[in-house]
Amino acid sequence: MGARAPISCDDDVLERCPTGIKGLDEVTEGGLPRDRPTLVAGHAGCGKTLLAMEFLVRGARQYGEPGVFVSFEENQKDLFKNFRSLGFDLRDLVARKLLAIDWVRVERSEIQETGEYDLEGLFIRIGAAVDRIGAKRIVLDTIESLFAGLTNEGIIRAELRRLLRFLKEKGLTAIVTGESGPGGRFTRQGIEEFVSDCVILLDHRVDSQLSTRRLRIAKYRGSAHGTNEYPFLIQRSGIDLIPITAIGIGTRTTTERVTTGIPRLDTMFNGQGVYADNSVLITGTAGTGKTTLVCHAVDAACRAGRKATYFAFEESVPQILRNLRSVGIDLTPWQESGLLQFHASRPDLWGLEMHLLTIEAEVEKFEPAVVVLDPITNFANVGDIIEVRQMLTRLVDFLKERGVLTLMTSLTHGGDELEATNVAISSLVDTFVMLGWVRSEGERNRRLNIVKSRGMAHSNQTREFRITSAGIQIQDVYTGAGGLTGAAREAQEARERAAAARLAQDVERRRALVLTRKEAFEARVRSMHAEFEAEQAAMLQQIAQDEEARASATVESQALAKLRHADREGNGDAD
Amino acid sequence: MVDPETAAGAGVADGGEDTWQLILYVAGQTPRSMAALDNLKRICAEHLSGRYRVEVVDLLERPDRAQADDVFAIPTLVRRLPPPLRKIIGDLSATEKVLVGMQLRSGGE
Repeated sequence: MGARAPISCDDDVLERCPTGIKGLDEVTEGGLPRDRPTLVAGHAGCGKTLLAMEFLVRGARQYGEPGVFVSFEENQKDLFKNFRSLGFDLRDLVARKLLAIDWVRVERSEIQETGEYDLEGLFIRIGAAVDRIGAKRIVLDTIESLFAGLTNEGIIRAELRRLLRFLKEKGLTAIVTGESGPGGRFTRQGIEEFVSDCVILLDHRVDSQLSTRRLRIAKYRGSAHGTNEYPFLIQRSGIDLIPITAIGIGTRTTTERVTTGIPRLDTMFNGQGVYADNSVLITGTAGTGKTTLVCHAVDAACRAGRKATYFAFEESVPQILRNLRSVGIDLTPWQESGLLQFHASRPDLWGLEMHLLTIEAEVEKFEPAVVVLDPITNFANVGDIIEVRQMLTRLVDFLKERGVLTLMTSLTHGGDELEATNVAISSLVDTFVMLGWVRSEGERNRRLNIVKSRGMAHSNQTREFRITSAGIQIQDVYTGAGGLTGAAREAQEARERAAAARLAQDVERRRALVLTRKEAFEARVRSMHAEFEAEQAAMLQQIAQDEEARASATVESQALAKLRHADREGNGDAD
Repeated sequence: MVDPETAAGAGVADGGEDTWQLILYVAGQTPRSMAALDNLKRICAEHLSGRYRVEVVDLLERPDRAQADDVFAIPTLVRRLPPPLRKIIGDLSATEKVLVGMQLRSGGE
């Protein structure tokens, strides 16, 4: 981000001073109002001091703006010690004149007030420190201690007003902290009346025995700030805000494909497996083989020399390893060679944000190519569904940004019904594989479906698979009518084989029949032919005889006519 | 400006065991600062005759002393000795309170 946000012609839009605090500059659209005071209010222990100090430390380190920390509570030694655990070396910054710490001790028991006074001493101290290091930023933590240490409230109020004006004139971007007041007031002493430009509220709540820190921009003059509460974490590098709205979706993408470790499953993904930066959700009821499926991919990745981090939220690591060995997957060598890291924790151990940041920290440190979250279901016990979705959105985004293949498992409780968790997150993931059972004929068989897989053609088939001693075996595609599995599938196949055999026999039989019929027909033709010939021969013989007889008769009559002098030929009976 | 030597009250002791060491912090010669100094001189003369030493520090000239001596209000009177350290802020116009604050008289504490 730039050091200075653009200045609008609109006078109401304040120039921004970036805090450098993760997420805060996003939700404030660039940082705090420059050269003006911001009030940071909250109860004790909510992180006010940390936020304020981080503002100075990051200002000094990242933006070259030295800062003065005026502490009314902790002394310099304690501040050094407290912030060292957060990786902030305040001593070094002080030595380099990038930071000045001034502890103003306002102890009522040591102070007696007699008559009129002002706080010019404080002004002089601040002015001296600011001039010494050329400060651009300042923190007053917490100015309200003055009210506890002094009795003349009228003087304090007048002087506070003058002090904040003094800081503005000095061109200092300031954070003034205050204790939350009763009855919804921002601060106990109402110091918000002096700080009109920006008010940030911090909250530290304990819900269901889990502590969650939240930040809200209660007021930001001339800015369309969100009124959302943003959960935040205090971790080793300071404050980390988790604003869902601040997540960009401009992630880079890859066309590289990686194997799922199951060749036939790769085939279902267009023959090439999944994209190397995909987020994959595998849902299924208990015992459907989610972990086994995921571990095939882990095993394959490690085999290819890629690193993997396995976050186990349900089972212990030895238990996972043992169970996998029983199905022929041995991840131990990868663990030993350092390619595979396991992190086991109970989801309800920490709040969601802590989990999220722990995962992010581990991923940043180890830089794995594959990350397993097994299972994500139990997070629903830690936060409500919106929070879980926010956390997973950020996590999926974070991992995709790093080109990590994310494998998440999620337990469903019944049949094909999608659980709320799955509904909420299925839209976040690229690939959604559903495992389940099919009941038939007294047994249960596993089935697998690819519900969706962005950016690739994928199988729409429901496939049966078995978990064998050599891992997951996906069965042949059954192309007949109705998806059948297990024994039912075999029985059906047997029935069909029998039917086919019967059909074949029938064909043979009929073919034989045709042959027989033909032979019979031909035999009849032959006999009729013979009969006909015999008949014909007999008839022709008769005809010949008859003609012979007639011929002889004619000769006899001619002879007779000659004898009788007949005048007409052929008229034998002339009278 | 008020010089530490000239500000030292009458009958100054030479840093003996009983000597009170007082520092008055001011910021320029404001009427309030001058009033505080006058009040201090009067009280010391009455109650600590010959047993005190006053140093006046003008923070406009010595701004570093503000942090070093942990002064935030003006004027501030600090009792360095005898221990414990005491701070009295204001123009020292309420004599009774000054006496209580300096533990020259038992007060409500």
